[in-house]
Amino acid sequence: MKRRWAFLLRRLGFYLAAAAAAIGLNFLLPRLMPGDPSSAIVEELERVSGQQVPAETLMSIRAIFGNPSDNLAQQFVDYLQQLSHFDLGVSVVNFPVPVADLVWQALPWTLLLVGTTTVVAFAIGTLLGVIAGWKAGSRFDAVLTPLTTFLSSVPYFWVALLALWVFGFILGWTPLSGGYDADLAQGFSFAYAVSVLHHGVLPAATIVFSAFGGWLLGMRNMTVTTVREDYVLLAQAKGLSTARVMFRYAARNAMLPSFTGFAMALGGVVGGALLTEIVFSYPGIGYLLYEALQKRDYPMMQGVFLLITLAVLLANLVADLAYVVLDPRIRERG
Amino acid sequence: MITEPAPGLVTAATGPNSTVLSVRGLTVDYLTDGAPVRACDDVSFTLRRGEILGVAGESGSGKSTLITALTRLQRPPAVTTEGSIEFHSRDGSVDLVSLSASELRALRWTSLAIVLQSAMDALNPVMRIGAQFVDVLRSHDKGLGRKDAWARASELLGMVGISADRVRSYPHELSGGMRQRASIALALACGPELVVMDEPTTAVDVVMQRQILAQVLRLRRELGFSVVFVTHDLSLLLELADRIAIMYAGRIVEIDTAHSLYANPRHPYTRGLRDSFPPLRSPLRRLSGIPGSPPDLRNPPAGCAFHPRCPDRFEGCDQERPLLVDGVACRLHQSGENRA
Repeated sequence: MKRRWAFLLRRLGFYLAAAAAAIGLNFLLPRLMPGDPSSAIVEELERVSGQQVPAETLMSIRAIFGNPSDNLAQQFVDYLQQLSHFDLGVSVVNFPVPVADLVWQALPWTLLLVGTTTVVAFAIGTLLGVIAGWKAGSRFDAVLTPLTTFLSSVPYFWVALLALWVFGFILGWTPLSGGYDADLAQGFSFAYAVSVLHHGVLPAATIVFSAFGGWLLGMRNMTVTTVREDYVLLAQAKGLSTARVMFRYAARNAMLPSFTGFAMALGGVVGGALLTEIVFSYPGIGYLLYEALQKRDYPMMQGVFLLITLAVLLANLVADLAYVVLDPRIRERG
Repeated sequence: MITEPAPGLVTAATGPNSTVLSVRGLTVDYLTDGAPVRACDDVSFTLRRGEILGVAGESGSGKSTLITALTRLQRPPAVTTEGSIEFHSRDGSVDLVSLSASELRALRWTSLAIVLQSAMDALNPVMRIGAQFVDVLRSHDKGLGRKDAWARASELLGMVGISADRVRSYPHELSGGMRQRASIALALACGPELVVMDEPTTAVDVVMQRQILAQVLRLRRELGFSVVFVTHDLSLLLELADRIAIMYAGRIVEIDTAHSLYANPRHPYTRGLRDSFPPLRSPLRRLSGIPGSPPDLRNPPAGCAFHPRCPDRFEGCDQERPLLVDGVACRLHQSGENRA
């Protein structure tokens, strides 16, 4: 018990250090690059208006986006102070909307779409993988496994575009873009929920379609080796039902490596599915990042990157903790 | 001292010396791309209720193949091609070879249990020890409550000298000896009539080995199950088994009581095995090994499989294969009409 707590504390310390490093890098990287948001805005203003920006305008721009001539330590302290109020700065493109607000709006869409599909793809892939690996070489395995290998090597954007073209454009079953019907008021109404589902089903289907194969192959291969273990043989000798031997003995052990990948994938959910959100113009974090990249919205990028980094770290921490529960042997090794 | 006289190892219902297992002509092939490899060839023996039959042989002699065939745990490419395994259980006699999967499942653990070689590998690493008892107890006794099953698991562990609080441990938290005893207790969970043991003491030190063997003998006396005990260690069997079968190249070459097998081995291979370890309580004897190595089963020698290594071979041994007659398969001991 004591050892288990020591293990958890050690992991927690590691992740705090990693988070600190991430915040530091996130602060430093944009400042190491040539140019800064204030100058970019000033240049843009001068280009549009064709005349010099007045001194007081320059001052207020620098007050909002930071003064590049301040010393770095002072900037870092300011940055940390901002972060402590969840202030990620102001978006350049959507001036003067705070980055935090934009992220906050986009986050639920991404969590809903990418979170659900990640879980569903993992569940389907793992289940089929266990069945394929349980009787390696059976007809089920011989057909499904090569087919999946093929499907998961098809580039995702192509799958997404094809699906959009067939189901959205030719058949007209699903909307061509967006996350909801813009004519409906946002809120918890039935019509709104239906429109969200209607918009989400195609992007979700393409993600699941492209992602389940990886889980299937990993799980199948682990199951093939686990099935040869003595404890599976003994479970069969005990006369337990096939389902019990298959899931409680074989799959339960075979899924341990898959589980790490799953936890990482959950961390990646926050980053959104960049290609999906671009192809389907889905109002999530990925689309936000895409817009920010296109328009060089540095505060936006910085905010999204920080969010993604922290989410991945958090997912890793959760994976570590869950692993302690899933594999009792880990507790000893730390 | 763990040797004891064979007592009245009898369960009242079935009478003395009744047969629990009779194996006839059991043949197991490994199907390969080329010709099938015969790992068990025409194996026949009977096992009485409460008896311990030891099966000894070198690596590759077909011991493990025999075990997986007996318990119907074999996996492709191993296939039982001939023979029958008649099992006379409490509920009647069945042929294990032809039993359907569901009939077999009903018989498993309640009548037919197994102890595997390495308990570390045989116990599920992510399940508590107790849970691995509970699932088998409850799957064969639907009326058994969860709480009672856990209590029964503690009780079974107590039977092999493991304290009750260990029931909630994971396998890696137990020592090697404890794990091995736990898997013996596990095998006895549903009161089997036959327990097949595959070198259950190979992975533990000699002190633990003695303790485990003593426990097997004591439990056998108390519970009256029969044992097929497979090992490469003949000296161990001499102290444990009532009868011993010696396997060579997939065949039983000699089967006899432990005492006469040791005092008077008839097959040259048995004698070679006996003479390759020092006696514990008899006068010192010159040790000798068996020259050469076991045959390649993909290409077994003609005649008696042992003849290339046999010190006593004579004319015809490389052509005629001796059958198991009167407990020995050797032409030295067979009159003309018994030869194949």
